[in-house]
Amino acid sequence: MTDPIYKTDALIAENIDAYLETHQHKTMLRFITCGSVDDGKSTLIGRLLYDSKMIFEDQLAALEADSKRVGTQGQEIDFALLVDGLAAEREQGITIDVAYRFFATEKRKFIVADTPGHEQYTRNMVTGASTADLAVILIDARKGVLTQTRRHSYLVNLLGIRHIVLAVNKMDLVDYDQATYDRIVADYRAFATSIGIKDFTAIPISGFKGDNITASSENTPWYSGPSLLPYLEAVEVNITADQEQPFRMPVQWVNRPNLDFRGFSGMIASGTVKPGDAVRVLPSGKTSTIARVVAFGGDKDEAVAGESVTLTLADEIDCSRGQVIVASKAPLEVADQFEASVVWMDEHEMVAGRAYWLKIGAQMVSAKVAQPKYEVDVNTQEHLAAKTLDLNSIGVATITTDREIPFAPYAESRDLGGFILIDKITNHTVAAGIIHFSLRRASNIHWQATDIGRDHHAAMKHQKPAVVWLTGLSGSGKSTIGNALEKKLARMNRHTFLLDGDNVRHGLNKDLGFTEADRVENVRRVGEVARLMTDAGLIVVTAFISPFRSERDMVRGMMEPGEFIEVFVDTPLSVAEERDVKGLYAKARSGQLKNFTGIDSPYEAPDNAEIRIDTTAMTADEAADKIIERLIP
Amino acid sequence: MPAKTLTHLQRLEAESIHIMREVVAQADKPVMLYSVGKDSAVMLHLAKKAFYPSPPPFPLLHVDTTWKFQDMYKLRDKAAAEAGMELLVYQNPEAKERGINPFDHGALHTDMWKTEGLKQALDLYGFDAAFGGARRDEEKSRAKERVFSFRSANHRWDPKSQRPELWRLYNARKAKGESMRVFPISNWTELDIWQYIHLEGIEIVPLYFSAPRPTVVRDGLTLMVDDERFPLREGEVPVMRSIRFRTLGCYPLTGAVESEAKTLPEVIQEMLLTTTSERQGRAIDHDQAASMEKKKQEGYF
Repeated sequence: MTDPIYKTDALIAENIDAYLETHQHKTMLRFITCGSVDDGKSTLIGRLLYDSKMIFEDQLAALEADSKRVGTQGQEIDFALLVDGLAAEREQGITIDVAYRFFATEKRKFIVADTPGHEQYTRNMVTGASTADLAVILIDARKGVLTQTRRHSYLVNLLGIRHIVLAVNKMDLVDYDQATYDRIVADYRAFATSIGIKDFTAIPISGFKGDNITASSENTPWYSGPSLLPYLEAVEVNITADQEQPFRMPVQWVNRPNLDFRGFSGMIASGTVKPGDAVRVLPSGKTSTIARVVAFGGDKDEAVAGESVTLTLADEIDCSRGQVIVASKAPLEVADQFEASVVWMDEHEMVAGRAYWLKIGAQMVSAKVAQPKYEVDVNTQEHLAAKTLDLNSIGVATITTDREIPFAPYAESRDLGGFILIDKITNHTVAAGIIHFSLRRASNIHWQATDIGRDHHAAMKHQKPAVVWLTGLSGSGKSTIGNALEKKLARMNRHTFLLDGDNVRHGLNKDLGFTEADRVENVRRVGEVARLMTDAGLIVVTAFISPFRSERDMVRGMMEPGEFIEVFVDTPLSVAEERDVKGLYAKARSGQLKNFTGIDSPYEAPDNAEIRIDTTAMTADEAADKIIERLIP
Repeated sequence: MPAKTLTHLQRLEAESIHIMREVVAQADKPVMLYSVGKDSAVMLHLAKKAFYPSPPPFPLLHVDTTWKFQDMYKLRDKAAAEAGMELLVYQNPEAKERGINPFDHGALHTDMWKTEGLKQALDLYGFDAAFGGARRDEEKSRAKERVFSFRSANHRWDPKSQRPELWRLYNARKAKGESMRVFPISNWTELDIWQYIHLEGIEIVPLYFSAPRPTVVRDGLTLMVDDERFPLREGEVPVMRSIRFRTLGCYPLTGAVESEAKTLPEVIQEMLLTTTSERQGRAIDHDQAASMEKKKQEGYF
């Protein structure tokens, strides 16, 4: 059953120099195996190691002894024992961490990330998948596509692995039945398509018996595709595709042996680089050209993605660890707010709004994670409402960094779009994240410097600009108070503008609905408009429910310090519902109106609003006066 | 422009260099543990490449047991000088005073000289990150070792407090007193090491090549009588055998293999055709099944 070509290589004995010459040109494939204990994952890996002669006689002797003592395969060799490392897991009979295995054939060196398949080990699987070029998803032929298969596939796809092998294992236990195999593959194809997996390669195997591992099995004459190992040797993982993208290199370390030399060291994330190339340093935006590609043993003419290099620039410009050197004609986006998928990896749950260290590329910045927009059920891929993320859960959330960072969406670059979060107190790595896109794109466009600035605008109006942000339930009295406030300010010759929720939704935001995501975008746009109006010197009054704390904080962060005044129009739900000025509560209660704040969508009351108005104890006029006291002391 | 496909050795080299630079950029006081073996030789070579034209910005530390092969001491001093690096040699004074040796004290020898010696040296100099040349393919419990292995203030390794390592992002943050052991050649195999030494022309200790050497066979291990401290048992007479070593440590604990391999290609050929694993020559691993895991928890490298 085992093809002898993987056991020994005649060339080794006959001509070692020729052997070394060919083996120096081997490529490398990193893959992950996904499956649960029962799927025979460890057995498969043990089999691959065994068949590629990575198991030596002394290990084999120990394995045979162990197999008889604690093995689960009777008197036969239990390959799983080869790979179940730590003593603790031997006792439990499960693998509980990520283990890396190595084997090589004459064509490739392989690094296998072996991770546990249980739901409580999602973080381990994500870790293993983060560096893999390919995933082998194991299915037990007797059981077919299970919840865990869907979970593994979802994670593999989330981590951007493009090559998937569906290994339908334990074919020996279903008498190598083609119909069983075909049914499983069809089931899987339907599911894979639904989650966006474009392609996969299915192979019927038996890890235990060795069918279709190194060579085609006589037991599956109906299968004409490749065996597993030959497939892994031949699959084009397109490592070179990274070279076709624009040049990017995060600077890890500044090499400064003496005053005459200043080099920038890092691993090239994408593209190629050679002396004379025009480059830009981000986020500063300074430009220069590459002077030298310095290497031990002599300068290089060119370097490509995946190489660790040291570059020197023609000009003395500022560049330090964390900055990214990029092709000047194709710069990266720079932003400080992102939508990202976050995988929580710590025992302590995520705290929305808490500052964590965010490490991306060679850069470490302080960052806050907003309350998740939703959590993803890894088993069903359904979106669930969530206030936080706990160990092994995955959600989509807004990340805000304390300064602008160069980045690329994860789909374009693992190196520039994948990040980790580190707890500032415990220093644990608490989460992994994947950037989808930036939420504030302004910084992607260079600021046009204007001669008449915001101070000038404000001075002409003899006022200090501000944003009075009224937040509260529907019907709480925001618009009424806003209107009263604007009238009083007008009488005081103040230049104001009232942005009202309903009015904005007739124009600027008429494409938005009332889902959580749309509500966030609604508030973001209003925030941007308010910001522009403060630049014009205006006092802006806004009346929006703006139910989520994170978005109100986001808007606060957009404004100049001290210019944002949050006013909590505090009206109990029962009172607002009783008033029901627009008849909306009645509709929501009868189910005609979905996602209505206070009924089936949450309202997060402010913790530290500058002003709180109790409308059950104060008229709109009194409320306006209270706000003016704060606004114009 | 036609794309250039990186070979597995080029990818491994780039990864190791990346790891070393991450440490230097993040640690306050890094050091490279240097044991003079082939893995150390590769690690040192990679460090020279990583920081060129600067010399590697950290010293080499040899935690010495006084029982290494004479050839190892010679190469150690030469290699450090050539790299332009400071060489620190540390010998546990207590082990020295009590005359701890591998012949009379067995496991205590490793514990006192190596495990305790290493902890003492790290504490003495206040190093917060130490490069080591361990590889994941060496031993089963190493397969799960992180690249950045976190150690408590008393140097203990707790499997539960190790941090997940995603992509190329290594979290090197730590509290005062805590430290990291960093393994830049984690993903290299024994064959990768040999091929790289061959390709790059890296100098290694001559003991890796076969030569006639004085030996005795004891408890199944072929031991080399490297100096006059070797206590011969009654009736034991050193015999000249053509031997070499697959791994180097304290000479009384390191078993040789009979061999005619005198060149690197021949050594690699022998390694590929051989049927026993690298660590079999080390007496230390035979104690018990999970012995390495236990030693690691206690702070052994």
